[in-house]
Amino acid sequence: MSAREIAADVRAGRRKARDVLEEHLARVDAREADVHAFNLVLADAARAAADAVDRGENVGPLAGVPVALKDNMCTRGIATTCSSRILEGWRPPYDATVVERLRAAGAVVVGKTNLDEFAMGSSTENSAFGPTRNPHDLALVPGGSSGGSAAAVAAGFAPLALGSDTGGSIRQPAALCGVVGAKPTYGAVSRYGLIAFASSLDQIGPFAANVDDAALLLETIWGHDPCDSTSIAGSRASLGSGADVNGLRVGLIQEMIGSEGLEPAVRDAVRAAADALGAAGAKVDTVSLPSTQYGIAAYYLIAPAEASSNLARYDGVRYGLRVDGEDVSRMNAATRDAGFGREVKRRIMLGTYALSAGYYDAYYGQAQRVRTLIIRDFERAYEQFDVLLAPTSPTVAFEIGAKTADPLAMYLCDVCTVPVNLTGHPGMSVPFGTDAAGLPIGVQVIAPALGEPVMFRVARAIEEASP
Amino acid sequence: MADRITRAEVEHVAKLARLALSDDELAALTGELGAILDYAAEVSALDTHDVTPTAHPLPLVNVFRPDVARAGVPRDEVLAAAPAAEDDKFRVPRILGEAP
Repeated sequence: MSAREIAADVRAGRRKARDVLEEHLARVDAREADVHAFNLVLADAARAAADAVDRGENVGPLAGVPVALKDNMCTRGIATTCSSRILEGWRPPYDATVVERLRAAGAVVVGKTNLDEFAMGSSTENSAFGPTRNPHDLALVPGGSSGGSAAAVAAGFAPLALGSDTGGSIRQPAALCGVVGAKPTYGAVSRYGLIAFASSLDQIGPFAANVDDAALLLETIWGHDPCDSTSIAGSRASLGSGADVNGLRVGLIQEMIGSEGLEPAVRDAVRAAADALGAAGAKVDTVSLPSTQYGIAAYYLIAPAEASSNLARYDGVRYGLRVDGEDVSRMNAATRDAGFGREVKRRIMLGTYALSAGYYDAYYGQAQRVRTLIIRDFERAYEQFDVLLAPTSPTVAFEIGAKTADPLAMYLCDVCTVPVNLTGHPGMSVPFGTDAAGLPIGVQVIAPALGEPVMFRVARAIEEASP
Repeated sequence: MADRITRAEVEHVAKLARLALSDDELAALTGELGAILDYAAEVSALDTHDVTPTAHPLPLVNVFRPDVARAGVPRDEVLAAAPAAEDDKFRVPRILGEAP
């Protein structure tokens, strides 16, 4: 049952929010031990919230709809871990703006989902609390870093979930788990209360089992927030309900459809989705964005540089873990060594190096100039096309452990998603068929800044045409 | 681009980053950072001599609001979440000088 149907039924009094919740909690009970989508299931708090909806206290557009939250979004008085030991025992003194907006809309928060520590990873294996498993095949990763949120929706634990996307962390797990996931335009959704990873790239967005539900969730959370200085002012256009692509110009990104390491089944699915849009009246052509080939290289200088600065706050003074030392500096260093996992340390080191004297211009400065070139490539493409089409992930879900020994191989999972974070544009993944083994494939739709209405229209057309 | 990162440089960066890394971690990171930086150095292949760097995807402007007092996050809750607090302040080990 879709989130839209649940909310409509609860509002009309046809179903009780409590009954809806119990159905979802029963699924959690049955499969969570295998899937490990959650760091924390909030069954009691969720029951109280559902009962309040049933008393008519909080009947908004998401009335009675269970929602799972990635565990890097602050929930007042409720542990928020980023799947890191360094935040052990910390309970935030405030709610993230998205959490306030969900509650005001009548949503029922069912739990905090697992992630790669501080959202750094593409498989949810970098969690201090153990990996999440792909509900389609428990031997496989769900993707990451929002793997817990993607798996929660795929397993039917919640019809909706929120994730965050810095280099593909919503879209890639959505593709690997066979659900819809959208990264909105940078600044469209408030990040107040989202624990920062790379501030010029991070964006919160929705997961859902279908495109319309993802639109419903995004319409609930987006809009200006005075608590976030990067939040875009002004109202947002409705995401509509149509799937008409007649006359739309769709550009297939040549470098991504031809990229090294792209599985043939994924390439075929993207081509089939493009053909389906063509059959529905869109004008489809290929477009070259040569600078996007340098996206991963630029990203893995820019994101770690920003992370090394953002994660300086974990110093054993204000929250979470402290490991004692004879002076402050030794306490800081001992705390950070004990509290951070391997990938987080790797990125802090990489970022600190890229920003250090003598290397700043060659690495960080050059990466920022390449970022400009990538933005220019997209701007040129949008002179000819309304939306762009690409794979989301070069592969379907891979085995747990397959890439953990090779950081660079893991980074290349994001080759098709990272450029969209560097430009700040919206992008979303829509399921489109499976490979021969039955594993889900995602097709990525990319639009210009604040182009979410046309992006969702194209996504609906792809969803309707999906085999 | 520069030569491959050395172990001594990795130790220096760990100091800058306030990470008390073990010998094993330093050894592993020296190789891993070298491989990642070799790949990242691809950015230097592009001609960017007249390209303005992008720090941020939005044309950001300063945000102002009227200077009116409003409730902040409750101090007691913030201090309760700290590893150590005393007299309404965060408590830390000594910062300066040798032990008396």
